[in-house]
Amino acid sequence: MTQFLDSVVVPVLYLLSAVLFILGIKGLTRVRTAQRGNALAALAMLIAIVTTLLDLGLVDFRWIIAGLIIGGLIGGIAALRVEMTAMPEMVALFNGFGGGASALVASSIIWLEVVEPGHVATPASIMGGDSALTAFLSIFIGAVTLSGSLIAFLKLKGMMTGSPILIPGRHVVNGLLLAGTAAAGLYLAFGAGVPETVGMVCLVVAGLSLVVGVLMVIPIGGADMPVVISFLNSLSGLAASMTGFVLGNNLLIISGALVGASGLILTQIMCVAMNRTLGNVLFSGFGQEGADAGSREYANVRSYSPEEAAMVLEGAESVIIVPGYGLAVAQAQHTARELADLLEKRGTKVSYAIHPVAGRMPGHMNVLLAEADVPYEKLVEMDTINPEFKTTDAVLIVGANDVVNPAAEKDPASPIAGMPVLEVWNAQTVMVIKRSLSPGFAGIKNELFEYDNTMMIFGDAKKVLQGLVSEVKELTAAA
Amino acid sequence: MMGALLVGIYVFVLASFVGFEIITKIPPTLHTPLMSGANAISGITLVGALAAATTGNVTASNILGLFAIIFATINVVGGFLVTNRMLAMFGKKKAKS
Repeated sequence: MTQFLDSVVVPVLYLLSAVLFILGIKGLTRVRTAQRGNALAALAMLIAIVTTLLDLGLVDFRWIIAGLIIGGLIGGIAALRVEMTAMPEMVALFNGFGGGASALVASSIIWLEVVEPGHVATPASIMGGDSALTAFLSIFIGAVTLSGSLIAFLKLKGMMTGSPILIPGRHVVNGLLLAGTAAAGLYLAFGAGVPETVGMVCLVVAGLSLVVGVLMVIPIGGADMPVVISFLNSLSGLAASMTGFVLGNNLLIISGALVGASGLILTQIMCVAMNRTLGNVLFSGFGQEGADAGSREYANVRSYSPEEAAMVLEGAESVIIVPGYGLAVAQAQHTARELADLLEKRGTKVSYAIHPVAGRMPGHMNVLLAEADVPYEKLVEMDTINPEFKTTDAVLIVGANDVVNPAAEKDPASPIAGMPVLEVWNAQTVMVIKRSLSPGFAGIKNELFEYDNTMMIFGDAKKVLQGLVSEVKELTAAA
Repeated sequence: MMGALLVGIYVFVLASFVGFEIITKIPPTLHTPLMSGANAISGITLVGALAAATTGNVTASNILGLFAIIFATINVVGGFLVTNRMLAMFGKKKAKS
């Protein structure tokens, strides 16, 4: 009976789980099927967990149950309580935990099989060379994912500067560090022959890998964090796959490889949306040079009150709202919609221009505006709406900066040259709601703010929008 | 018969191809949910973690295993829930329009 379970039931259920993962990911690539896709993937996970517990048979479940309950509570509460605006950093954090888990599993196996029994032999001779090597890779990739994701989390959360931190000679330092980690890892697998040494070297490998992850992400600017998170997500898949090699578990190998490969493709798609390459994002310290080179002094900036802006809106026949991260931070999506409703009631045509990387993650604005019940068809993608700015009376930019920077098209020397942007300046009047003249993630000046047809309205996005709503209401009542 | 390692490599390479091919075109709207969903799937390492703490003893390997289970469960539960929350908003708007 047990043998039948081990040799038939468990592998078949694992296969079922793997197939459901594939169908789940596939479903997630279409709006219509996305929710079902996610449910299928979750079901696949449930099958995998139950099957594994079946496979373990009668063991001491105390640690397992404790771990599942603690992890489930933390993950569940965090996921249900997080604000929609903070979604990107939440994903980064979860991803870090996934990578960390893979590193911990591999370390646990090394302790269980080599350190604790006290064998005087190398891990390679005890576990087999391939298992010892993949255990090292699992620790390395998992730890890089963990520390890299934490840095991405801190940068997105604003608890750490979003601008690139460049240490001198970083490419040399990183090269040496990588070489050192590889050497320590090979020594761990094939060289260390005493249990105490194995344990010690394992910790050294994990420590070095954590430093590699930190150094990999700190030179990358806040604007590129979405790409970084997607890339780290791909890495956490790879770490899981390596753990699968250590354990000889095909389901882990398959699911990890799926996430690794699809994550890489998604990363690539996101890079293309920003007209960048992955290498450029990871190694160029983007944003720094621009911040030093370009002047940040502004001249000819005109600041207006919500009252004056409301008068422009009142007279406009067509208005395009351009949401950006400022809208997200201020939680102003509902107020934006209230304003749009008000204008529409007066017969104004209102639509929203969605830049593919507005906010801190692709699709960020879609999620936020959907939360505020903005109808789907009102959200217009960049390529469709760009020709429409010419015939638009007023554009209302809410906390967006780099995605409407004309320098991307007009200044070939700009760091963001070539990045597709929303051509808002073609509209008759451009209104910019912004807290201050501080630069966006790219760290560069936006000359749009100096244009003659631009009105700056300084303040918190939500407060300004609320002001606009009451002013428009008053004007409507007066008319 | 192929060795376990070779079978593993076959499986890894073929699954990678599936992963590459499965995502051809994806609307920008779904970039974040897909990333989040794929991220939850990478929590599959939980399967390995469960096998890493199977005795009641307080040993280094069990403690590492316990933390592996906690971390992986956070990834799995949190990942799928967050993805579902994001996608539920698209569902909501579709139902109304």
